Amino acid sequence: MSKILEKELFSKNVAKFIIDAPSIAKSRKPGHFVIIRLGEKGERIPLTIAGSDVEKGTITLVVQKVGVTSAKLLSMEAGDEIRDVVGPLGEATHIEKVGTVLCAGGGVGVAPLLPIIEGFKKAGNRVITVLAARTKDLIILEDQVREFSDEVIVMTDDGSSGKKGLVTAGMEEVINREKVDLSVVIGPAIMMKFAALTTKKYNIKTYASLNTIMVDGTGMCGACRITVGGKTKFVCVDGPEFDAHQVDFDQMLTRLGAYKDEELKAYERYMETVQNA
Amino acid sequence: MENIIDYLKAERSQEWRAELRKSMKAKERTSAKRAEMPEEDPNYRNTNTVEVNKGLTEKQAFAEAKRCLDCPDPTCIQGCPVGINIPKFIKRIDQGNVLEAAKVLKETNGLPAVCGRVCPQEKQCEASCFYTIKMGATPVAIGFLERFAADYERNSGKMAVPEISENNGIKVAVVGSGPAGLAASGDLAKYGYDVTVFEALHEIGGVLKYGIPEFRLPNEVVDVEINNLRKMGVKFVPNFIVGKTASFDDLKEQGFQAFFVGSGAGLPRFMNIPGENYNGIFSSNEYLTRVNLMNAAKEEFDTPVISGKNVAVIGGGNTAMDSVRVAKRLGAERAMIIYRRSEEEMPARVEEVKHAKEEGIEFMNLHNPLEYYADDKGRVKSVKIQKMELGEPDASGRRRPIPIEGSEFIIDVDTVVVSVGVSPNPLIPKSLSQLKVTDWGTIVVDPNTMQSSMPELFAGGDIVRGGATVILAMGDGRKAAAGIHKYLSEKVKA
Ligand SMILES: Cc1cc2nc3c(=O)[nH]c(=O)nc-3n(C[C@H](O)[C@H](O)[C@H](O)COP(=O)(O)OP(=O)(O)OC[C@H]3O[C@@H](n4cnc5c(N)ncnc54)[C@H](O)[C@@H]3O)c2cc1C
Ligand SMILES: Cc1cc2nc3c(=O)[nH]c(=O)nc-3n(C[C@H](O)[C@H](O)[C@H](O)COP(=O)(O)OP(=O)(O)OC[C@H]3O[C@@H](n4cnc5c(N)ncnc54)[C@H](O)[C@@H]3O)c2cc1C
Ligand code: SF4
Ligand code: SF4
Ligand code: FES
Repeated sequence: MSKILEKELFSKNVAKFIIDAPSIAKSRKPGHFVIIRLGEKGERIPLTIAGSDVEKGTITLVVQKVGVTSAKLLSMEAGDEIRDVVGPLGEATHIEKVGTVLCAGGGVGVAPLLPIIEGFKKAGNRVITVLAARTKDLIILEDQVREFSDEVIVMTDDGSSGKKGLVTAGMEEVINREKVDLSVVIGPAIMMKFAALTTKKYNIKTYASLNTIMVDGTGMCGACRITVGGKTKFVCVDGPEFDAHQVDFDQMLTRLGAYKDEELKAYERYMETVQNA
Repeated sequence: MENIIDYLKAERSQEWRAELRKSMKAKERTSAKRAEMPEEDPNYRNTNTVEVNKGLTEKQAFAEAKRCLDCPDPTCIQGCPVGINIPKFIKRIDQGNVLEAAKVLKETNGLPAVCGRVCPQEKQCEASCFYTIKMGATPVAIGFLERFAADYERNSGKMAVPEISENNGIKVAVVGSGPAGLAASGDLAKYGYDVTVFEALHEIGGVLKYGIPEFRLPNEVVDVEINNLRKMGVKFVPNFIVGKTASFDDLKEQGFQAFFVGSGAGLPRFMNIPGENYNGIFSSNEYLTRVNLMNAAKEEFDTPVISGKNVAVIGGGNTAMDSVRVAKRLGAERAMIIYRRSEEEMPARVEEVKHAKEEGIEFMNLHNPLEYYADDKGRVKSVKIQKMELGEPDASGRRRPIPIEGSEFIIDVDTVVVSVGVSPNPLIPKSLSQLKVTDWGTIVVDPNTMQSSMPELFAGGDIVRGGATVILAMGDGRKAAAGIHKYLSEKVKA
């Protein structure tokens, strides 16, 4: 059992949670994630650790509502308990001094990106971050990102904040202007696919953090498997970060849809129970 | 060895056993037929999760116990990896003293209700029974009787909690709660250690919980044993991955002085053939975990599972049998095994193959998949398979399957479960660079003490053997507990 200590709504569909998890707070590094299960009948879902406070023994999660489990979590409040929290899982981000790092975060992908931005900045790099979302309300964690970035470019599809356009436009603006040594992209699979194609054009080494479907998160089931460089990899133990130019994003998009029908049915069932209550 | 034989002789010469032997002629014992396990009707059981074997009735068990000859040289014991005193426990049943029989089992085996259900008896104890080796007859049903005694005890409400020595305050950590870890923790508690079991998943029990299905091993049977360990003072910490949530050094700092690693062989293998990552293709671990651990088949649980109409399971082991029978229970019209050798070479328990056939599972033996094809949504729709024939025996002693050129054909499938084996769980070796492992990724240990290249770390079960059986894992756990006891006793003295 892990207690939710604080909750902050970023928008209708995105919230930040601070959770009591002392051992995880102590051992986690940027790039790590946890698996949570809300209750006895819940499913196990992966969430990136967006930050931690070792002294208070807490970790931060930022969650976007996409289906049953994330919706249930968003309906929880400070004081509620999460039944299972296990981690930290995955390989930590390989952070070193390389020069200029271009980070790109789409939607809720900014949450897992934040600790990476912080890590690269603290390692002495120049960090430029592109934040992208459909509309203004969906831009999250902008202030925290600014704290550790030398420059932040905001892109929205509708131009309601920052510049109008896609994440790749913001990235190309930087690439055309100055030398970029490394890029890190996190967001929806489709966004990562096009961000990776962009940096490939300019031959910039790029990491993407993959958010595949998972069950155990310990390498036991293979639900998270994906083809990278022609080989099958398990995202939970070999990743979640991979060389973005090697990832088969089309396969990833297909695999993310594996349970679409079942998930939709479950979500409708859940909404019915919420409305009837 | 000498003293074991003497001990068995002394036990055998006890008056009650001598009297039982005299009470019935050997001829009469051998002329009786082996008990048949009462089973649920195949067409009923393949629609739900009721246990297939119902257990012997008392009458059947007492009659079966009489068949055992209480041999002067009980060869059956050599066939049991933990050396259960088989005639002694069977004669206690024969005598009508079933609770006492259960106690005999517990002398060497902490989980008799589990082993009686899942041991490959036909390759172990029963293969070495006098009936099998000397008479060419069906062996005494040792496994059925073991299950009977253990179930009798559990249902009697008089389950004995083993005596434990006074707590010596020395902390020992057990990593993994599968049969190896459970067996080690029980013995360590008996020696008086302060034992904590760390488990990565949210449930305690390892493969006994997430792998082997309810219709073969009800969770309740496992839970009773785990609760017994709790009563003995063993602490269980779920959701804790040693090497991740905390390192071995962190745990040492917290005062743990020795470790038993029973982290299992959890990494599923795939065949690396084209199309294997299409949707609808699972590892058996994922398929069984979704259904057993996450209860995916029940609507009130959130985890989804795909239940197909045409399900192919690739492989011929226990895991493959479990997966294909689960598929049938989830409503498959066609649930089939595709196995590259013949039935004779199948590693699965004979009883499971028989049960699967009764339940309407199709067997495509001597067939091997080559490639999968998907529909426009990326969901598997068919598989190309090739016929095989058997050649000369390979390193494992089984005849090698050889593809028959030009025999390929395609069948429709909408779900595939790949069950071609597992590799050792790499989490622990990855987190301990100084630990000696084999090229296969198994931990290297001294076979007598189960001590690894790091003196304070012992290991056993699938992480050492690379995929074996419940009883072998338990045997390792017990051996390691003795090894740890010796190591710590010497360390404390020094
Ligand atoms: C390593 C890792 C880190 C992650 N970190 C975060 C995080 O910090 N914050 C966060 O909000 N989410 C994160 N995710 C995604 C998160 O796990 C999913 O959003 C969650 O599992 C959805 O569960 P659900 O029951 O709410 O939705 P479901 O009912 O399971 O899914 C609803 C719909 O969402 C889509 N979907 C399902 N799983 C994913 C997925 N993994 N990624 C994207 N879309 C998905 C599907 O297309 C589906 O139709 C991460 C995923 C991984 C693998
Ligand atoms: C479907 C299936 C059916 C089977 N049927 C039979 C059968 O009929 N008869 C038979 O004898 N055998 C059978 N087996 C094999 C048998 O189950 C295994 O040999 C046995 O379970 C091995 O026990 P173990 O304790 O070594 O490991 P496991 O049972 O695998 O347990 C290991 C545990 O350690 C945990 N773990 C791993 N790493 C860590 C870590 N770093 N920190 C904390 N915890 C960790 C895992 O989560 C797991 O729970 C079957 C196996 C499967 C998969
Ligand atoms: S533990 Fe297994 S091998 Fe040993 S006697 Fe029991 S059933 Fe036979
Ligand atoms: S070998 Fe068979 S008959 Fe003899 S003691 Fe063992 S079980 Fe009984
Ligand atoms: S989530 Fe099961 S292996 Fe990665």
